[in-house]
This record gives sequence, structure tokens and C-alpha cells, in this order.
Amino acid sequence: MTAPDTEQRRRWMAVLARARAEEIAGLLAGLPPLPEPERLRPPETGLVMVRGRMGGDGGPFNLGEMTVTRCAVRLGDAVGHAYVAGRDKRQAELAALLDAALQDPARRDALLAGVIAPLAQRQQAARDAEARKAAATRVEFFAMQTTR
Amino acid sequence: MYVAVKGGERAISAAHAWLEETRRGDPAVPELSVAQIEQQMPLAVDRVMAEGSCHDRFLAALAIKQAKGDLIEAAFLLRAYRTTLPRFGASEPLDTARMRLRRRISATYKDLPGGQVLGPTFDYTHRLLDFALAAEGEPRASAPEGSAPVGEAPRVTELLTREGLMQREQAGDAEPGDLTRQPLSFPAARDARLQNLARGDEGFLLALGYSTQRGYGNAHPFVGEIRLGHVTVEFTPPELGFPVELGEIGITECQMVNQFKGSRTEPAQFTRGYGLVFGHGERRAMAMALVDRALRAQELGEDITAPAQDAEFVLYHSDNIEATGFVEHLKLPHYVDFQSELENLRTIRRAAEAALPEAAE
Repeated sequence: MTAPDTEQRRRWMAVLARARAEEIAGLLAGLPPLPEPERLRPPETGLVMVRGRMGGDGGPFNLGEMTVTRCAVRLGDAVGHAYVAGRDKRQAELAALLDAALQDPARRDALLAGVIAPLAQRQQAARDAEARKAAATRVEFFAMQTTR
Repeated sequence: MYVAVKGGERAISAAHAWLEETRRGDPAVPELSVAQIEQQMPLAVDRVMAEGSCHDRFLAALAIKQAKGDLIEAAFLLRAYRTTLPRFGASEPLDTARMRLRRRISATYKDLPGGQVLGPTFDYTHRLLDFALAAEGEPRASAPEGSAPVGEAPRVTELLTREGLMQREQAGDAEPGDLTRQPLSFPAARDARLQNLARGDEGFLLALGYSTQRGYGNAHPFVGEIRLGHVTVEFTPPELGFPVELGEIGITECQMVNQFKGSRTEPAQFTRGYGLVFGHGERRAMAMALVDRALRAQELGEDITAPAQDAEFVLYHSDNIEATGFVEHLKLPHYVDFQSELENLRTIRRAAEAALPEAAE
């Protein structure tokens, strides 16, 4: 079994962390069903202390907490983990299930193409639209023309 | 001294029922949903998250609904809720240079890499009440889109630091103090001060920041940069051993640039006041940056002459939840305390009256 490299796994976890539960479930519904995973850690909501840096680039300081939901499941040999912002337990459970399934090379390509890629595309499209709105508010300075 | 008094349960229960009725208001008017508050009062939500020191838009909106729009009460509810949750750990420090920008302005440089991006701002509005908003069901205005999307942009302070004109921040990854675990102690280090200010009352920070501009603290600040946008939060779960992205949070950052006349060991240069807050909180981030700089007086060898430079005064009074608790506790029964004051006063009066005729003779 080819283990995914960490960078690849980080990427799909990042996409799942930004996806709503219904979106993930909707895309999964179009694929062959995944087996029922064994729950190692049921979805649990807690806090992560968010840190900033003094002056933006100095030493760390504690800014404040955020809600985070985590979950861990086992599917075959693979343990899937999820840590997602917010309190959506269904999202965390689906993200953990997918993290486990994506570690299986026999399933990986279909799940990357059927779930992760479409989610990543939607997220990128939303980011691009916002970046274009920001661009419309960019100030174009111009020097006053001297009239001849 | 407080004495437990029985009775009043029925009155309390009736008072709470009436509170609930007034919270809902006229039942003929449609009820506000939490989603409506979250979407349509985003700045109130942001303030509650900042002062409640807990980033969760839905919970903050729910707290606002429950608190009838009293934002300090809402922040209190959020702080109370957070104590019921376990702490998984601390995030990797945010990298604000990689912020997905909605707004980014500088008052010190006109032309800078990435440009001046106004974003969704109240600046330049005329502050005239818009009665069109009172007519519901108006068509939704959509924001225009530009052609060259805004990407990441370097921090303005980085440009000055590279030239050697800006004091470099002490880098490093020392474990910062945490006010939710250890109470404040003095002298308070800058990490603890920033945590305190980040969740401090906006009105208090604003007034203190304003005081530094008006001569109480001798500040001559420039807005080096304000940026608003989304940053990715990364957290390293011990069972994984590598950082995973939890998602993105909205954040506002302000860098105030201040002159520093130099010392025996350091040349004259610019120094930073730093503000970082959850959500869209520009006024709050600016005020925080002003107060952060004022509180650096001691480390920079400046005279401490003004309230905003007095760390104990500022940090002990910035938290509106502690402040409201202590101010509002005065409403609670102090019957026995007051009885003893009454007794005291009567004794003094009697003694004074007894002395009077003698003095007249």
C-alpha cells in the first residue's frame, strides 16, 4: 500500500476542513458507498487557542480561542483524522472517514476526483470572486494632468 | 459581606419570564433568526467574538439574540460557554503576511506592493441615514469585480525593517503566557498585554488610544498598515505530528508606526504598536495598536506620565466582563454591610450632638 505523502494528505484535509457537511455528503452520494468505519473517537467539539505574532513577525502571543471539532475513525488499516473549525460534528465525521479512505490507494484516485477536486474548485472559485471584488476597490492614483 | 437570604424566587421567575417576553418583542413582528444576525449584523458578531475571546460566528450571533443585543452581556455568555469546552491545544502562530486580503491600506506610503485596497468600508460614506433600507425587499446590490485579483502582499513594516529604519521584533517561539490559565502579574510581558488588549473593551481601548493622541502619552502615530481578510489557522495534533489546516478565520491587523528617539544602545528609529483582532474590527485594532505602543514606554525607556502608559491601570480595567461583574455586583443585597454603615453614622452623629452643648459653653 502506497502511503500518501504528508503534503498530499494536508491538502485534502485542508479542503475538507473548509467544506460544509452537506457538500461533502452530496458529492459522496454520487460514488460507490464507503464501508462503515470503526469510530475511534466520536466527534468532539473543543477549543484551539489561536496565536498571533507580536508586531506580525515577532514572538507568539495568545489572541483568543476558536471552536474546533475533531473525530477519528478506522477504515481497514488506515486511521482517519479530522480537525475542523467550528462545531459541525457531521462535517468532522465525514472528513475523518474521507481521510481514512483517501489513504487507501485503491480508493484514492476516485475520491480525489469525485470529492476533493470539486470541493477545491468551489473553494477556489469563491476565493477568486472575493479577490476580484477586492480588486475593484483598489485605488488607482493618477497625477493631475497639466493642461496645455 | 453577603448574607444568603431566602425568598424572592417567585419574583425572580416572573422577572425572567418578562425578560424573555421583552427579548422577543412584539410577536406580530417576525422573529430574528440566528443566521440573520450572523449575516446581517456581522460587526456586532465580530465584536462579541473579540471580547468573548472565542471565534465562532454562530455562537456569537446566538449570544446577541439571547442578550437582546447587549454586546457585553453577549460576550459574557460566550466566555461562560467556552469554559464548558476542552482545550485541544494552541495553533501555529498566524502568518498575516499570507492573509487573503479584503482590505489593505497604508497612510504612510501611497504606492506600495499590492496597492491600496479599500475593501468593504464605511470610510467615505456620507453618514446620512439611508431610508431606502427601511423599505424591505430591495434588490440586492452586488459588488463589482475587478480584473487583476488582489493577492498576498508584504507587510508595510517589513519594507521599513529591511531598510533598518524599523525596530525589529524579537523573533523566537517562546511559549507565550496565557491569561486564561495564569492571572496577570506585573510587570506584564508584551505577549500577556496583547492577549489582554485583544479581548479588551472596545470603548475603553478607544478612549485610551484617543488620549495618547491628545497629549496623554506623547504619541505621534502613523497607520503603517491596516489589513482585513482571512488567514488560515494551522494546528498540529499530537497524534499526527504535522500541522493541519483547521480552516480560515476573519482577522483585522493594524500596524501603527511611531517615532522613537533612540537610546544609549539603539539608534533613532521607528517602533511598532500592534493590533490584531478577530473579525472585522478596524477601530478596535487601531486602538489596540495605540495602547500597545503606549504600554511599551517602559521597555523603550520613555517617561511614564499618562494613563495609557500605566500597565496596571490599563490591563486591570480593560476587561468589560470583569468590570461589569464588579460594577454590577453593587446591585446585590448589601443589607448587613449597609446596616453597619448606618450604625456607624448614627454613633458619630450622637457623639457630635453630645459634644455640641459643651462646645457652646
